[in-house]
Amino acid sequence: MVLVDAITIAFLGAGLFFLFVGSVGLLRFPDFYTRLHATGKCDTLGAGLIILGLIVHHFFYYPGTILITVKLLFLILFIFIANPTATHAIMRVAYKTGVLPWKLGEGRK
Amino acid sequence: METGRGEEMMKGEKSFGILITFSVMFLFWILLSCIFDAFHLLLGVVCSAIVALASHDLLVRGRRPKILLKSFRLLLYIPWEFWQIVLANLDVAYRVLHPKMPIDPRVIEFETTLRSDFALVTLANSITLTPGTITILVEPERGKFWVHAIAKQPADSLLVDQTMQRKVADVFMEEKHGATLTEKTEDKNGRLG
Repeated sequence: MVLVDAITIAFLGAGLFFLFVGSVGLLRFPDFYTRLHATGKCDTLGAGLIILGLIVHHFFYYPGTILITVKLLFLILFIFIANPTATHAIMRVAYKTGVLPWKLGEGRK
Repeated sequence: METGRGEEMMKGEKSFGILITFSVMFLFWILLSCIFDAFHLLLGVVCSAIVALASHDLLVRGRRPKILLKSFRLLLYIPWEFWQIVLANLDVAYRVLHPKMPIDPRVIEFETTLRSDFALVTLANSITLTPGTITILVEPERGKFWVHAIAKQPADSLLVDQTMQRKVADVFMEEKHGATLTEKTEDKNGRLG
């Protein structure tokens, strides 16, 4: 069980790291599009890793209710489909309404 | 795959779509309910049947040939995609945490040979999830993509190597070697007509 806990904590920690990186990127990057790069990607993997940690924990501590782990797996799948789609939708609207992309050498907005 | 089973082509196609939709819906019902007594299972059968009859053409659209094979090939594509997602996140993490923030954003356009909705969606989402690129617009008629790349190197991997286009075209068995590179422009005014 110590090993299981270690694996769970490793997954949760990695997930937290990527969510943290996403937030830092949201603050540091210069414009709308690059900020979406940070949040769109890191949130997907961060949330996925955290759920993966929960799956490992649940699988070994409550082996009787295996279907819950399957439900969590489906959550990962849906996040992985929905998140890029939402990112793409936001990006598309910004581009169509004429938000200018930041170019190298320009100052920060 | 299963041609020649029904007498009429159309009829066989329709019932095939209904059957597939029904199976998926019922499996999902069992998954979510976890209750295995007769009443709940019967309820699931009725609900899945209604959904299958009403909306089978949304899940299985007309062109039946090789849909099972294509789904299978898509399953093989997913592990590679997961690996790309991990790489993408490490890439973003590196760019975010690097003190000098090595980014050089640009907008690129390219055309592909993909035409079917499912292939275009798969490629668009794959581009968004892989290192340094996000899909902005897709034009289905010409298979044209507008992509925002965060630096030169990820842009080149789409424009020059075209690994991902080839992989997706391979999965959906659409024309391979034709991914034409029309122009390598950075949109000057940043908007479309």
